[in-house]
Amino acid sequence: MSTNEKSGSGGLSSPGGASVPASRLVSSLAPPGEISPADIDRSCCVPLLALLGGAALWLVVGSVLGLLASIKFHAPDFLANCAWLTYGRLQPVADDALLYGFCLPAGLGVALWLLARLSQTPLRGAVVPIIAANLWHLGVFVGLMAILIGDTTGFAWLEFPRGGSVPIFFAYLLLALWAVMIFAGRRERGLYPSQWFLVAALFWFPWIYSTANLFLVAWPVRGVTQAVISWWFANNLLVVWTGLVGVGAAFYFLPKFTGRPLQSYYLALFGFGTFILFATWCGIPPGAPVPVWMPTLSATATVLFFVPLLVISLIGLRTVWGSVRSRWDNGPFCFIGSGMDFFCLSGLMLVAMACPKISPVTQFTWFGPAETQLRLYGFFAMTMFGAIYYLLPRAVGIEFPFPKLVRVHYWVSLLGITLLVVPLAIGGVLQGLKLQDPNVAFADTTKAMLPFLRVSTLGLTALLLGNLLFFVNVLGLTLRWKLALLKQFIAFVKSPLEPGSACASLRPDKEVGA
Amino acid sequence: MKNGFLVFLASFVVLGGSWCGFVLAPVLQLGGGKQTAILNSSDLYPVNRPGQANQGLQVYRANGCAACHTEQVQQSGVACDVVLTGAGKNPVAVTNLISSLKLNGLDKDLADALVDKITAAGGKAEIHIVATGPDIARGWGRRHSVAEDFLYDDPVQLGSLRIGPDLADVGTRQPDANWQLVHLYAPQSVVNDSAMPPFRYLFKVQKIGSAPSPDALVFPKGFGPPAGYEVLPTARAQELAAYLLSLHAEVPLHDAPFSQPLAASKP
Repeated sequence: MSTNEKSGSGGLSSPGGASVPASRLVSSLAPPGEISPADIDRSCCVPLLALLGGAALWLVVGSVLGLLASIKFHAPDFLANCAWLTYGRLQPVADDALLYGFCLPAGLGVALWLLARLSQTPLRGAVVPIIAANLWHLGVFVGLMAILIGDTTGFAWLEFPRGGSVPIFFAYLLLALWAVMIFAGRRERGLYPSQWFLVAALFWFPWIYSTANLFLVAWPVRGVTQAVISWWFANNLLVVWTGLVGVGAAFYFLPKFTGRPLQSYYLALFGFGTFILFATWCGIPPGAPVPVWMPTLSATATVLFFVPLLVISLIGLRTVWGSVRSRWDNGPFCFIGSGMDFFCLSGLMLVAMACPKISPVTQFTWFGPAETQLRLYGFFAMTMFGAIYYLLPRAVGIEFPFPKLVRVHYWVSLLGITLLVVPLAIGGVLQGLKLQDPNVAFADTTKAMLPFLRVSTLGLTALLLGNLLFFVNVLGLTLRWKLALLKQFIAFVKSPLEPGSACASLRPDKEVGA
Repeated sequence: MKNGFLVFLASFVVLGGSWCGFVLAPVLQLGGGKQTAILNSSDLYPVNRPGQANQGLQVYRANGCAACHTEQVQQSGVACDVVLTGAGKNPVAVTNLISSLKLNGLDKDLADALVDKITAAGGKAEIHIVATGPDIARGWGRRHSVAEDFLYDDPVQLGSLRIGPDLADVGTRQPDANWQLVHLYAPQSVVNDSAMPPFRYLFKVQKIGSAPSPDALVFPKGFGPPAGYEVLPTARAQELAAYLLSLHAEVPLHDAPFSQPLAASKP
């Protein structure tokens, strides 16, 4: 076993961290005849722009809708005459815009690029992932509109009816197929830990999504079996899929940023194994009206989920140990570092909610949504922001137009997450304690929650601002890229007699710093 | 390298294991769900909801009511109440005996001992089983929700967050259709400080014609439309109200036992 070579997760372990332009470093290191990482990055350019550009748009749409939904706690009468904008439709639309609009396509884009990098194989046949990315965003649009007109399936996190779920399913299949083809063509047979996580995630979503849609929507099973399958699905998407992609990405980027190999290969293998072993069984709430073995088994697995949580945080800590200070100078490192912190924190909340002493208090309260928001936004979206800020300029070959906004985005997001999650979690516990006391009138439990909900509106506002900064940067980058294409096209048209020079300019070899 | 294949195979088995556990096994165990007998009765439970109430479930789904309401009563345990059914020949002694004792919320042994005492004093007593827990004490149901309650629902709307109260037994709590409709149209008119948004789009306001419509909502004083107008529920509002009225958690089952009130339990 060549453990030491493999323990570096990144394709290259540059000691200088991200301050050295990776493309330059590697093209000098790459043996003659090999494909340089810069070429691999560029091969992903258009698919990544299609996936991530749409994702950035949905992120903004989702946070606007989430903010609108949250305002209803200040004034229940707000927008009450419009059936489309009632709370019960706005809230799922905001959640789905974040999950299906942003998290999944961002995760797929990052996974595509990571697999190409780790496999040292360029993406070929880019037209298929480009079509798939557009099909995905079309499916999300149809699905969100369907919820707004009242055509939801009624299952949490699976609200899209067929018009939305079928396109995104096939779009996912195409993207995953391309990613797996890159993986299959890898140059090194041995696997990096990131590759286990990413390939497992690619493979798991079609399984859970088709199961949920077939058993709940196409040929619905009877009675509470529906609820069990819907909980299983939601948990496997929100905890397992995001965990696999987010941790897989972090296990690539953390060694790259710190210049230290992943600590260590076997610990990562243990963490991966226990993660998929325990996390896949979480999600059935204690006290659910189902045969008692299901919540019991699920609670046991959730408590055991503490093991992979501990292992993964240990790996993260040991990998970044001693490099924490360099984190603050490196935008992507800030995002991914905080993402890992929030992964552990949201995991601890999940474990707490399964403990028999705590679960009667936290069940049916805002503590659950606080955990979900922390996981989706604090962990997954933050990790994806970091990855995208790192990889998109390299893939497109153009710098972000407002690199200073990256740091602003980080701090605004951090503030937003704190203001969103902390009040909801504390308020949720208070709400639960009041719900447990039958002498407290129910109206008082809701009233006691309102101040916390109103603070969380501030958090959502900050998140919207942060998301707008992200969107502006991605949009600016896309516009710059289109402008560059246009210029090249004009140059090409103007100089038909010198095709050599025009063709050369189609591949701008502009170096990109971190 | 062999280890790549091994990792893949192990992952496949592990992920598939969770599928077998929480998809296949529940389908096999519950998929052929049947009606069960009501405790101490030959009647079967549940019966399908009336057609209008089933339509109402779709209105409930479409408007995302489950974003704020659960339909699962929780129960922390059971307790015994001792109920005097006859004073016997020496009522004064029995009355004196029980006036000094706690009769509610006992465990089985204490309740048995108490019944023995009352019998010894010449009275007659029965033990009644009651469910306990905060939800039960709030009057949200007589027992915890069980799988049977949802046998005919599609989609099953258990909910996960209590921004509003639990609705599993709302048909027993508020059996008045007009109350339900008024609450949907203007929640704050019947529940002070309600955080529920009004569902005015499920109603239409119109001028009163030659005679007031029999379907028009009857509002509490100080609420309701301006004079000369009336509020009529649309078909969807009526279906939703019918669904809410069909929600009950008050049938004793083998899984979730409790004793019926005295009058009902006598043959």
